Amino acid sequence: MEFDLFVLPFSLCLLYLTVYLGITYYRWFKALPENERSKARQYALTSRSLSAIREVFMESLLHRKMFRKNPLLGYMHMSLAFGWFMLIVVGNIESRIASGTHINLPYYPIFFKFFHHQKDSFPLQAGFNFIMDLFLLMVLSGVVLAFIKRSRSRLFSLTRTTNHTMVDRAALFSLWAIFPLRFLAESLTSAQFENGHFFTHNAGLVFSHFLPVSDLMYPAWWAYSTALGVFFLALPYSRYMHIPTEVFLIFLRHYGIKTTRSDNAFSKFEIYSCSSCGVCIDTCQLNAVFEKNPVPPSYFFKKERHNMPDEIALTSCLVCGRCQEACPVGINVNGIRLNARNREEIPGKGGFADFQYRFPKKSKALYFAGCMTQLTPKIKRSMRKIFEMAEVQVYFMDEHETICCGRPMMLSGQYGQAEELIRKNKMIIEESGADLLIVSCPICYKVFVDDYNLNLRILHHTEWINELIMEKKIILNQNDLKTVYHDPCDLARGEDIYKAPRQVLKSFTHLAHNEYDGRQSLCCGGSLGGLKVSFEERKKISEDALDRMKVASSDVLVTSCPLCKKTFDTVSAVPVMDIAELVAQSMKTKKANNKPVKETRLENQLKIY
Amino acid sequence: MAGWGYSLNKDRQIDFDANDRSVYFRVIGLEPSLGKCISCGSCSATCSSAVFTDLDIRKIFVLLSRGELRDLKKHLDDCMLCGKCILVCPRGVNTRNVILTIRKELEY
Repeated sequence: MEFDLFVLPFSLCLLYLTVYLGITYYRWFKALPENERSKARQYALTSRSLSAIREVFMESLLHRKMFRKNPLLGYMHMSLAFGWFMLIVVGNIESRIASGTHINLPYYPIFFKFFHHQKDSFPLQAGFNFIMDLFLLMVLSGVVLAFIKRSRSRLFSLTRTTNHTMVDRAALFSLWAIFPLRFLAESLTSAQFENGHFFTHNAGLVFSHFLPVSDLMYPAWWAYSTALGVFFLALPYSRYMHIPTEVFLIFLRHYGIKTTRSDNAFSKFEIYSCSSCGVCIDTCQLNAVFEKNPVPPSYFFKKERHNMPDEIALTSCLVCGRCQEACPVGINVNGIRLNARNREEIPGKGGFADFQYRFPKKSKALYFAGCMTQLTPKIKRSMRKIFEMAEVQVYFMDEHETICCGRPMMLSGQYGQAEELIRKNKMIIEESGADLLIVSCPICYKVFVDDYNLNLRILHHTEWINELIMEKKIILNQNDLKTVYHDPCDLARGEDIYKAPRQVLKSFTHLAHNEYDGRQSLCCGGSLGGLKVSFEERKKISEDALDRMKVASSDVLVTSCPLCKKTFDTVSAVPVMDIAELVAQSMKTKKANNKPVKETRLENQLKIY
Repeated sequence: MAGWGYSLNKDRQIDFDANDRSVYFRVIGLEPSLGKCISCGSCSATCSSAVFTDLDIRKIFVLLSRGELRDLKKHLDDCMLCGKCILVCPRGVNTRNVILTIRKELEY
């Protein structure tokens, strides 16, 4: 095997990197709880691994999700990742054929052109040369785009790009240097030995006109090897740690391992898989409030990696989930952030279990309005009207006394007390023997669905109203209102419910579309997730959201969350209504039983007929 | 004498020299909106927990500002953090975070 001193920076740093990564991943994997690890062992030799490999190829190499975000951004990531990968793979095949052995030292394919000058010495040499030149050109085009992106990020649909730490910058510059140096070294070599193809060969010819080729060739290989070495050294401490980590993440995720509330070990893999690509930065609505916004996961994770949690990133986040929705790596940002809040949990004495709640009588269906709905009595009234019209017997669970659903506790990281609230409410619900629970507040709805493990049907009132309309249990008068529907975070992104409310609204009003429909919805600014967001800041966020949704051009802003309604109400020029209010207003009285729709107000056991 | 109908009232004098107001100042440093509180009691009126317990947010804030910390922690634990009080506050006090901050401060 040929050898030259200049391969040492590359080889030694690669050795260091391999050992470092091996130890790190082993430690992280060991930290996972036993049952999670057994999942990995159980599924390793199943088709799950195949689908993981497929995802690694599609996302880590081809960057499919990045292409969806912006083709130029996608191409930039793809050319660097896929181009480099192919250079390594094809280079390995080429060098093995050339040397006729199965085992090569890692440096040999990388510096192949330096060691191997002979022409037509192995089959398909010209073809290999062509492919290698092609991929080198591809990678270089990516480097050029990356360079342009730093100053003209708008071309890539990013209004802001990430700010870097010192190590990040060292890694970035060495990464940028690697491929131009490889190009230079190969071109100069080709100028001397004519072992290049269309790209390096012609570039070599050009260089030979004005450069002392034979003097520069050897230093260029040294520089190339050194750039690689510096990159490998900086990689574990920079954002480029995402390159190896994301592959592990995808595999573990396919084996069903997740970040949960009780276990935070897996989040190490997630935090380090963040490439700080910056896609999340534009999605964060706190940009409207902060000059330098530390909240987006790109920055939040960076601080977490160094165990220096940023106070604002931790407490001001609205937990709306827009960044999580946009994340091309699919990191569970909200889960990790809440777990980080939980680190400071102050164990309260609790005692919620002792709350003297008046238990419901047996009932087929329950209605849980939620704390926030208590502050928007119109929603409650409208729901009652709808219950009456649809002739459904519903027990109004929290008419007089509300026990919080527990989600606000969770959002502030107080998992222990949240558990206690959940247990209490669960007991009440199970006691009633109901098989349907209708919820008016998306915040409560989310926690009922995700954490209560209830053995009954849980519907948000939008879904339920939609069902009533489908079954013709209520009939709505058409009107000419131009409506805009605002998706509450916890309903649309949290639980994927955005079709039902639109169906309802389309059936009797003119519903306008906007780019923030469905899972792309904006936070109203009132979110209980933002612990430290002040009243003035919330107002700014709400105004910003209304502006972006172009609400001013419509007659009424419809939402389905009492908190969103209340928050928007304070700043909106257009009236804000809950979907239940609008429906209740537009209901036709049935001819068959001409009962007048009237509000009933009964004590204790509420009978609604 | 016990059933006679008269008793001695406890002394209600607020001794600012003896009371510890440092917690109040620390909390107000961390959550400045507390300074805007006018003790109107809207928060207490809307409180979901107050139905079940003695939790009285207005009282907590007043006691805190006077530096009377004795019963504070016991009552704070009754809060479910539901956030209704933020929405009804006419002064825009971030009540929920005030409560979280007091909890943290009293812990240390």
